[in-house]
Amino acid sequence: MATFHFELVSPEKLLFSGEVDAVVAPGAEGVFTVLKDHAPVMTVLKPGVVEIDGAGKKEKLFVRGGFADVGLGGFTILAEYAIPVADLDAAKIDADIKDASEDVADAKSDEARRLASEKLGQLQELKAALGL
Amino acid sequence: MPSLKDLRNRISSVKATQKITKAMQMVAAAKLRRAQAAAEAARPYAERIEKVLANLAGGVSSGAPVLLAGNGRDETHLLVVATAERGLCGAFNSSIVRLAREHIQRLQGQGKTVKILCVGKKGYDQLRRNYEKNIIELIELRGVRQLGFEQGDAIGRKVIDLFESGEFDVATLFFSRFKSVIQQFPTALQLIPAQISANENEAAVAGPQANYEYEPGQDEILATLLPRNISVQIFRALLENAASEQGARMSAMDNATRNAGDMIKKQTTLYNRSRQAIITKELIEIISGAEAL
Repeated sequence: MATFHFELVSPEKLLFSGEVDAVVAPGAEGVFTVLKDHAPVMTVLKPGVVEIDGAGKKEKLFVRGGFADVGLGGFTILAEYAIPVADLDAAKIDADIKDASEDVADAKSDEARRLASEKLGQLQELKAALGL
Repeated sequence: MPSLKDLRNRISSVKATQKITKAMQMVAAAKLRRAQAAAEAARPYAERIEKVLANLAGGVSSGAPVLLAGNGRDETHLLVVATAERGLCGAFNSSIVRLAREHIQRLQGQGKTVKILCVGKKGYDQLRRNYEKNIIELIELRGVRQLGFEQGDAIGRKVIDLFESGEFDVATLFFSRFKSVIQQFPTALQLIPAQISANENEAAVAGPQANYEYEPGQDEILATLLPRNISVQIFRALLENAASEQGARMSAMDNATRNAGDMIKKQTTLYNRSRQAIITKELIEIISGAEAL
């Protein structure tokens, strides 16, 4: 299978960089898979799992607050926070959910409240999906 | 003429000081390595986000978000001054403060209002002398062991909140850019309106222009990306600052250790001379006493 260049970076470090076959990313408007020669797309990511499929081995990483940038040169995910799924546990997601529900309570404007509750919903959905 | 005992005391106290400065230098060297690695690890993200932003900003036509275009006014300036929490690091803190002070004087000369947000205690201590009433807040990072994105993000959010409530029109960040152990440059970086450097814009135009599809819309993406960019810039500045601080402390302590070494050498020569002089004097006294008999 044809490969393309993929990078996953968080503000603290470069988590993944290399040639891959396919990447599944949780876009804000639905999960999508990127293969080689994907049309250029820029999208916001919702909290979720990125699946990297490259050179016969698969990696799964949990990302939060990210952007996906599929360009002609390759695919880049900019995540505010990213860790391997193996290191993820229920307590961490619960802490995120707690933060998000506090955000909903603290929100000053309607717009902020809408965004915060959207995020809360996504997190709860994710928790259910991972079966934690 | 100091007595021999005085000299001995003086030498031992300088030796003790030298031990301390030597230890501080070694600690700074170890911390520098870590800070430098952290600053380097943060680089790809900051570069990427800049590129994406340049790409997006180039395509935006009208009604650009206020974080990008500014709110059209230029009356109140917010200066975010990031310095260290501790001293004993050469001219590190004062050179950042000097740059900020020059900026303040220029702005006040133009009749603009200046507000200051201090990150780090040392800058606050120095700016407080002249600009106490301009300082709106002090953020201390003293308890933070390892700088994480949360710290940058928290400051970024605060800046954006202030901007949205109309507290200021233009924000500038002051920090020290790390070049090498002996070179750190105090730098001013404009945060709001976002500054997208000209050559990056050109690169975006000259490079292969991708016809991007945006999900959700271009404006929504820009609206989330711009605040993120501010947090990232601040986070990066904090990391650069941390590395610069350790570098500055390392060279300052290296100088101090060397000075202490020179002083010990000088004092030891003086000590030996006066000891010999005393011995000679005593001998002369004995001999002339014996001759008198």
